[in-house]
Order: sequence, then C-alpha cells, then structure tokens
Amino acid sequence: MKQQLEAILSNAKNELSETQNARELDAVRVKYLGKKGELTAILKGMKNVAPEERPVIGQLVNDVRAELEAALEKQGEKLEQSALEEKLKSEALDVTMPAEQITLGHKHPLSVVLDEIKDIFIGLGFQIAEGPEVEYDHYNFEALNIPKEHPARDTQDTFYISDNVVLRTQTSPVQVRVMENQKPPIRIIAPGRVFRSDAVDATHSPLFHQIEGLVVDKNITMSDLKGILELFAKRLYGENTVVRFRPHHFPFTEPSAEMDIQCYQCHGEGCRLCKGEGWIEILGCGMVHPKVLETCNIDPEVYSGYAFGIGLERTVMGRFKIDDIRLFYENDVRFLHQF
Amino acid sequence: MKLPLSWLKDYTDIEGISNKEYDARLTMSGSKVECVEYLGEEINNVVTGEILSVEKHPDSDHLVICQLNVGKEEPVQIVTGAPNVTESSIGEICPVCLHKSTLPNGVKITKGKLRGVVSNGMMCSFQELGLDHGCVPYACDNGILFLPKGTPVGVDIKTVLGLDEYVAEFEITSNRPDCLSVIGLARETAATFNRPFNVKTPVVKGCGENINDYVSVRVDEPELCPRYTARIVKNIKIEPSPAWLRERLFAAGVRPINNIVDITNYVMLEYGQPMHAFDYACLSDGKIVVRRPQAGEAIQTLDGQDRAITDEMLAICDGSKPVAIAGVMGGANSEITENTKTVVFESACFHGTTVRLTAKALGMRTEASGRFEKGLDASLTMPALERACELVEMLGAGEVIDGVVDVCSADLTPKTLPFEPEKINALLGTDLSAETQKEYLERLEFKVEGDKVIIPSFRIDIERMCDLAEEVARIYGYDNIPVRLYAGDTTQGGLSPRQLLERMATDVCLSAGFDESMSHSFISPKFYDNINMPEDDKRRISTTILNPLGEDFSVMRTTVLPSMLDSLAHNNAHRNATASLYELGTIYTPVLKEDNTVDADKLPHEEKILTIGTYGKFNFFQLKGLIEAICTKLNIKDISFTADKENPSYHTGRCAKVYSGQTLLGTFGTIHPVVAKKYGFNTEVLAAELAMDKLAECANSVKLYQPLPKFPASTRDIAVIVDDAIPAADMQKAIEQAAGNILESVKLFDVYKGKGIAEGKKSVAYSMSLRAADRTLKDEECDNAMQKAIKALEEKFGATLRS
Repeated sequence: MKQQLEAILSNAKNELSETQNARELDAVRVKYLGKKGELTAILKGMKNVAPEERPVIGQLVNDVRAELEAALEKQGEKLEQSALEEKLKSEALDVTMPAEQITLGHKHPLSVVLDEIKDIFIGLGFQIAEGPEVEYDHYNFEALNIPKEHPARDTQDTFYISDNVVLRTQTSPVQVRVMENQKPPIRIIAPGRVFRSDAVDATHSPLFHQIEGLVVDKNITMSDLKGILELFAKRLYGENTVVRFRPHHFPFTEPSAEMDIQCYQCHGEGCRLCKGEGWIEILGCGMVHPKVLETCNIDPEVYSGYAFGIGLERTVMGRFKIDDIRLFYENDVRFLHQF
Repeated sequence: MKLPLSWLKDYTDIEGISNKEYDARLTMSGSKVECVEYLGEEINNVVTGEILSVEKHPDSDHLVICQLNVGKEEPVQIVTGAPNVTESSIGEICPVCLHKSTLPNGVKITKGKLRGVVSNGMMCSFQELGLDHGCVPYACDNGILFLPKGTPVGVDIKTVLGLDEYVAEFEITSNRPDCLSVIGLARETAATFNRPFNVKTPVVKGCGENINDYVSVRVDEPELCPRYTARIVKNIKIEPSPAWLRERLFAAGVRPINNIVDITNYVMLEYGQPMHAFDYACLSDGKIVVRRPQAGEAIQTLDGQDRAITDEMLAICDGSKPVAIAGVMGGANSEITENTKTVVFESACFHGTTVRLTAKALGMRTEASGRFEKGLDASLTMPALERACELVEMLGAGEVIDGVVDVCSADLTPKTLPFEPEKINALLGTDLSAETQKEYLERLEFKVEGDKVIIPSFRIDIERMCDLAEEVARIYGYDNIPVRLYAGDTTQGGLSPRQLLERMATDVCLSAGFDESMSHSFISPKFYDNINMPEDDKRRISTTILNPLGEDFSVMRTTVLPSMLDSLAHNNAHRNATASLYELGTIYTPVLKEDNTVDADKLPHEEKILTIGTYGKFNFFQLKGLIEAICTKLNIKDISFTADKENPSYHTGRCAKVYSGQTLLGTFGTIHPVVAKKYGFNTEVLAAELAMDKLAECANSVKLYQPLPKFPASTRDIAVIVDDAIPAADMQKAIEQAAGNILESVKLFDVYKGKGIAEGKKSVAYSMSLRAADRTLKDEECDNAMQKAIKALEEKFGATLRS
C-alpha cells in the first residue's frame, strides 16, 4: 500500500512538472485528486483496510494528499508567473514611437508677458484698472497737462472721432479716471490698447498695448518710484538686471525719467540689439505733475505720487526676439504655438 | 541737434573728458546723446599731394599719368581720367588716396594698373570725400578737388577740410528749446561736469548813420509777435564764408551757402534763435509790418513754392505785400542774391502755437518753425542779432548801420519761485542741504537769493517747485537718489471679480486647445458685407475715425466676427490644417442721435465679446460642449439652446442661441457657407460670440457641497420613434418633468434614422439614471418613472416605443 502511494506521488509530481498551462495543471489535479482520481480511489478503498492499519494508512494518504496539493499550488504559481511574463512581453511597446498629441491652447505672447507683469504688481499690492479705448480728449490730453495746442499732440499722431473724442494714444487717461473716482491710497496698473496713426511696418503698428502704473499717497517720493520699478525689472528680466533712470520729459510728470536696463546681450558693451548704447529703454515714468493731481481734486500739498508707462509690444519683442510687430495681429497658429 | 564738440570749446572746457564719458554723463543729466560720431570716420590714409607732373598715358586718350609729392622722399605715381587734370594742373594740391586707403560708403582704394601703367592710388573729388559743394566753394563740380594755394602737402586730408571733428547728436525733449543751441548745450555740459561757462557779449562797432532813416517796424499783432528786433547792414559783399564757419555749419548738418545766409544759420545754431535776412531793396517804402495776411494774399517762399496764406497765420510784410511767413520761411521776393547790397537782419520772437499751426497747415516744417513752436525766450532776440552783426564785421561782409529796431511788448522781468529745499527733498526722497541745492541750481544759471529762486529767461519750462526739483535731481544724478521699496498705507492687490471671471472663461478655452488671438479694433466697413450683415442692421452704424490710415482701418468694429474669420482665413491661406482661436475682443457700439446717426461727441459703449473660431478639427457639438464647459466653469445655471435660423452670418440649420434662463448669452454655430467662401473656405468653419458682460451677469460665485449619494442608482433606457423635427432638448425636458424627483439625470445616447425607421421619423434613445437620497429604489418605482416618461413622450410628441 505504502509503495502504491509513493508511486502515485512520484508519478503525479513528474506529470506536474511537465504541465505548461492551467488546463494541463487541472488535468493532473483531476487525475489524482478528482472524484475518480487515483488518490481518491485509495481513500475510497480504506474500508478494505484492516481496522488496526487504518490510522497509519490514513495518515499516509493524507500526507501524500497534502504534499500533492502543495505541489499543485506551487506549479500553479509558477505557471501563473510565466503566463504573466508572457503577457507583459507580448504587450511591450516601442516607447520611442511618437506621442499622441494632447492639444492645449496657447496664450497670445502679449498675454503671456502681460500676465506676468500683472502678477508682479498684484503681489506688490496693485489692482488692475481699466478705462475706455475711445476716450474724451479731456482725459487723453487736457487733464494730463497737454492743452489743445501742445506740440506733444502732433507727435502722438492721434486718431480723431470728433473734436472732443479720440482713440486714446496712451493708457495715461486711466490715471485720471482712477483719481477722479478713488481717493488715495491708490496703487493701480492699467494695461490696455492704445492707438497712434503710424503706418504698419515691421516695427510700427497703429494699435499697440501699454501698461500704465499709478501710485498716489502721502509721502510718496522718487525713491519709491525707483524702488518699485527696479524690483519690477528684476522680476521680469532676472535678478542680475541693472537699471538706470535717465531724465526725460512728459507733460504729466515732473520730475520725469526713462528707465533703461543694461543690455542683456552685451551687458553694457554695446551691440546691435541695443544699437551700440549698452542700454535698452524699458519705460517712461515720473512723479505725478501737481497740475494733474489738482485736476483730479487731489491736493498736491498733501499727496504725491508716481506714474509709469510700459510699452508691451516692445517688451515682448525683446523677450522672445520677435522681429516683426505685425506677427502679433496675424494670429498664425504656427506663431502662437511657440509661446 | 548735432553739436560739433570743437564749437563747444568756445564756451566751456571739456579737456580730459573722453567721448564715452561725455556721452554717458550728458545723457544722465538730461541731454540724451544718441551717438558721438567722428566726421572723418570712413576716410583713412588720404593725404594732400602736390601735382608735380602730368604726362599722357601711352595707351589711352583720356588717361594721364601724374607724379605727386605727398611729403615723402619719392613721389607717388597716379593714373587719372579726371577731366580737370591737365598739364596746367601742375602745382595744384589735391586729396590723394594712397594704397590701402578708404573713403565714405565703404570705398577701398588699392594700387593697380590702368591700361598697363601702375597707379598707386587715386586723386579724388569732394563728392568722393562725402562733402557738399558749400564746404568747398572753390571746387569744380566735375573732377578732382583742387585745394587752395598754400595748403600744406603730405598732411591728413581730414585736418585740412575740418573732418577731424567729433559731433555729438542729441535728442532734445520738447520742453528744452534752449538746448537746441551750442550755447545751451555748453551750459548743460558745464553744469554736468562742474566746469566754467562763458558767453561773451557780442560787440558791434557800427559804421554810423541811423537805422531809423532806413526802416520802420510796426507790429500789429503783439500777441503773436511779442518782440521784433532788426538791424541793417549795407555795402554787402556776398561771398563764401571762411573755411572755419563753413566747416562748423557742415559738421552741424547745415549746408554752407554764402556769408549772409551762413551767418543767420550759424547764429541760429549757436544761440537757438532763428534769424532771417531780407534784401532791403525789395522792401517797398522801407517798411516792415508784422500782421495777419489779408484775404487773397499769397507768397512764393524761398523753396520756390507758391503758398496761399490765411488770416490764421502771421506774415512779415513791407509797405504793400508779404515778404515772409513769420517764423516759417522767407519769401522769394526779398531773397538774398549776389546783387544784394543792403540787408535787414530780423531776430524776432513769434507765438509758438501760431507758427506750429501755420507750418502744419502749409506742410512745411522748417528748422526755424521747429524752434519757434516750442516757445522761445523773448530776451534772446537781441544778443542773437548782435552776434550776427558782430560776425558780419568779423567776416568783412558789410557795414552795420548804427541803431537797433526793437518793438517789444513782452514782459522781460525774470520769473521767480520760492526756494523750498525741504519740499524738494520730500519729493525726491533725498537729504540734500540747501547749500548743495543752491549750488546745483546756480550751475544752471538760476539765481538763489534768500528764499527766492530767479529763473533765467531762457528756461520757459520752469513753472513750479517740481520743475526745480527736477533740476536739482538731474545735477545730483537720478542714480544717486536712494531706492526705497514701499511707503504709504498698504493696499490689497488682486484681480477684480469680473477680471477673475474673464480669466476663468479664457482658461476654459485654453484647456480645450484654443489659442488666444488678438485683432485690430478698427476694421473696414466692407467687413460687414463679408459676414452678410443686412443693409439695415444697426450694427453697421459704427464709430468712424476722421483721419484713418486707410479704409481698412476706418471704423470701430461693432462685431469681432469678421476679425476672427480674417485670422482663420490667414491660417487657412498659409495651409495650416486647423486653427482654433479665441479672442476676448472689444466692440464699440456708438451712441446714436435721434436721426440714427452716430453722436461722435459721446463715447461709444465698449463691451467685450468672447469670440471663438475654429476649422479643421472641431464639430458643432464639440463647440457646443466648449460653451457648456465655459458655463459650468462660471457656474452659470439653467442653460438652454434654441435654433437660430435668422442669423445671416451662420448656417440656417446649424446655428443656436444660448441662454441662461431668459438672458441671451450669445450665438454660435457653423458659419454660412457663402460667408465662409468669402474667407476662402470650402470646408466647415465654426464660430461663437458670447457677451462677456452677460456671462459675468449670470455667473455664480457661490458653490455649495452636495453630499455624495449613499444609495445606488438604477438605470432605465427608453427608445422611441418620433417625427424628425422634434428637438431633442424638448424631449429631454419632457422626460425630466415627467419622471419625478427620483430622476437624477437623463442622457441622450443614440439617434438613428434610416433602415427600419419610416421616412421623416427618427429613433431616439435616452438613458435615465434614477436615485433616491434616503433608500435603494425598488424596481417598481423605477419602472413607474420610466412609464411616466414614455407616456409624456407619447402625449407630447406622438412618440411610439421602438420595439
């Protein structure tokens, strides 16, 4: 009996080791452990065994059964593992094949930089003001200390709607509208479209964007103007940016200045980008002219302020080395997708 | 303004200051130097040479072989074909370009052979040296430049012709006409470098007689001519000016002409005061009258143009006729000619705005008008006039009659302002002592006396404390003003709720793969035709630009659609297979008068329209999906869509209006094929126009959490057959109303027409999701809800269950 059992076990193990898949494995299970299986048959034959031998033989049969089951399980795991490996192998991809594109929209490059500029100033406590693009002469000129026959009106090449209404030539009228409606402290930037009668070419557009800035409060000095604009330049152009403030003239600020940054290509040596000057003009600024404050019913003896204006197109063209302003308004997706 | 630096040295000292430093310091003190140019930059290795011999070329009729003494041991042999070089030219001195020399415009000269004879360089003309005839009046027009006798031989040509000169080009701001002069810039230079500054008072000897016996001056318009001064010079000898004067004018960018004209230009450059010279013989009655032109008067100006002048302008007239347009240009009828014997020098102050408007009206902006229009100092006329007469005597150009005519209504008392050093410090953020500020101001010729500042007459721009602060600041140096980061009350930065909504709406477009576009605000009125806008559409009434760049930019758009289609068309024309764009663009709706025309004195209503356009990728329902996504993002409730068959820009069967409740948010759909074709498309183009104001109005900022369901949902599907014309949205609404509150959602999942379905019918299938918050629904409840929905469809739309 014992030999018979050992033979069964050894045969079963041999057959198991030959199995290649779950089906063959199951066939072995049925052959030995199924209802009509060889081991089952022995168990069924126990009633023929002498009663005193039964415990010994029973134990033996159970041991063989346990061992066989363990072997089955082990072989099952082994087969499962190799099946999995087979599956992974068959599913392998050439990961160097091109991706399937997920299309995201692209912001216009002017917006990319404008949003950066907005975020810088928002972080410094500024709000975003807006004003009309078709504007009263009063706001665009008169209230900014540019009376009717001022020569500056010629140089700004204004588009007229009527004697009293123009397409704003600058975002500065928003200053006046804000000061009329809000009392200090005022901290705003006003980005927007402006219009000048320039024929279209690679560097001129009758429509472009400016970002106006205005701060009015008690004790505002030129030091504050320099501080905020220097910080702005470093945030926009990098920590190592060197700036300079140069006297200039605007009718609505006094003292007035232009801010240059040291050329980021030649670091001040002079190159083609900066036209040999070593510096690139970034913005105009100054202390708000007391006449402008008075026009807005703000007492210049109590309050002072500064204002600045940045040309967006030029800033963006410098940043991305774009050489033709017309690209901004053609909306060619091959252009837009680069930003 | 071009400033020859050697001229500067007449008034101040720039010894030991490099060009680079000069450029940088002047720029930082407010006189921006565009560049410092060396006049002879391009001329190298060109020397003076004396012609020793001229021989015929053996192989040429028109070439000659010259030997030239260029100051070296051996003469230099040069072959030339210049017509003015003959045997009689021996002894002439001329510019010689030696081997490896350069001339303006990148010309390089090397030795070579001309018809087999060695030529070691070239003799050259004044044109080849980049000079104007006025610089070398003795030169012939066509041929080698023969220099005056006595010119040294073997020296650099640049030193002989005044080209060894540095010229600084300044960009002068419009508030500083005083700096459009050598003296003004010398003053700025001296103040910047803290060097001495000296202007000598001109001295005129005179020759007796009395000016009043010659001329009388009457100013009828003292407002427009606050001061008119004049002197007379007789026995004029018109001839070229001496070399030093010609060279200075040329270096400053002015063509030398003759001594009298050159003197007026020289004084204008030196003092900043435009001057004019009349031929006295041409003034009838010895009268000068400054008056407005009378109706019908005209004048031929010095440039030979006939000019109609109006009573808005100011003319200088004699006893009968205009002889000059004040401050702009003289008349041909009193021009200085070779025969002029007696000259009237005019040095006057004219009203800037009148001069500017006159010059503009006549389309002739001149050097003089450009200065007058900025406003000139009435105190300046006299020294300038005296300087001109001094130069006349110095040049021996004529004899100056004693006496000056001076008709002056201008107030010449100096302006004063309070001296307020603390206020200046408070504006600048500096801590400069009163002494220091005083010193800075005095360097610029302000006088500080006690608590008063006396403003020099030439500083017409100084009106208030802030102007003085700028003077102090620029001499102190803007860069020396300390930097402070934040002062004043804190303010809260950030986007307004409306600005946030705009950002949210456009962010949805971006994440859906649409690119942001920007287009012009002004369009051509033809654009309205392009989008099939009806003739009587009110949107055709647009705000019109009086002086547009052209028809294409002539009206302010009342719709962004044509601009969007234009951008798509650009992409299509450039073979971009697909383009999907959005623009948050402004439209301008004019205020109308009663007769339905634009009230141009009122500002149009400006409104932002979120305009979307796409071709080659998305279909109608995907665009609709984008619009729904925008509404979801902005939390806009109760969205509905209705077919719009009336919009002529869109496909009659593929256009919808989108509403939130009763509020119209916008329109979208497929562009009408006829419109699409006008933009070059044969395929489907889609667009949407959403009013940002309306989106913002319907947006909900409040979002509340809904508890997640605790009980499972059941689904029931319904498929019915209905008339093809029944809108899906209506059926959906009917289901929603009928199924009761256990209906969680209902989704259209199939529409089928064709085989097995009768003509004019369609099969529509919905999937209902049913759920209760407090229990698991029983089958009967779900079946019941489904039956109610089916019943509603049967009753409302005559639907039959699809078997």
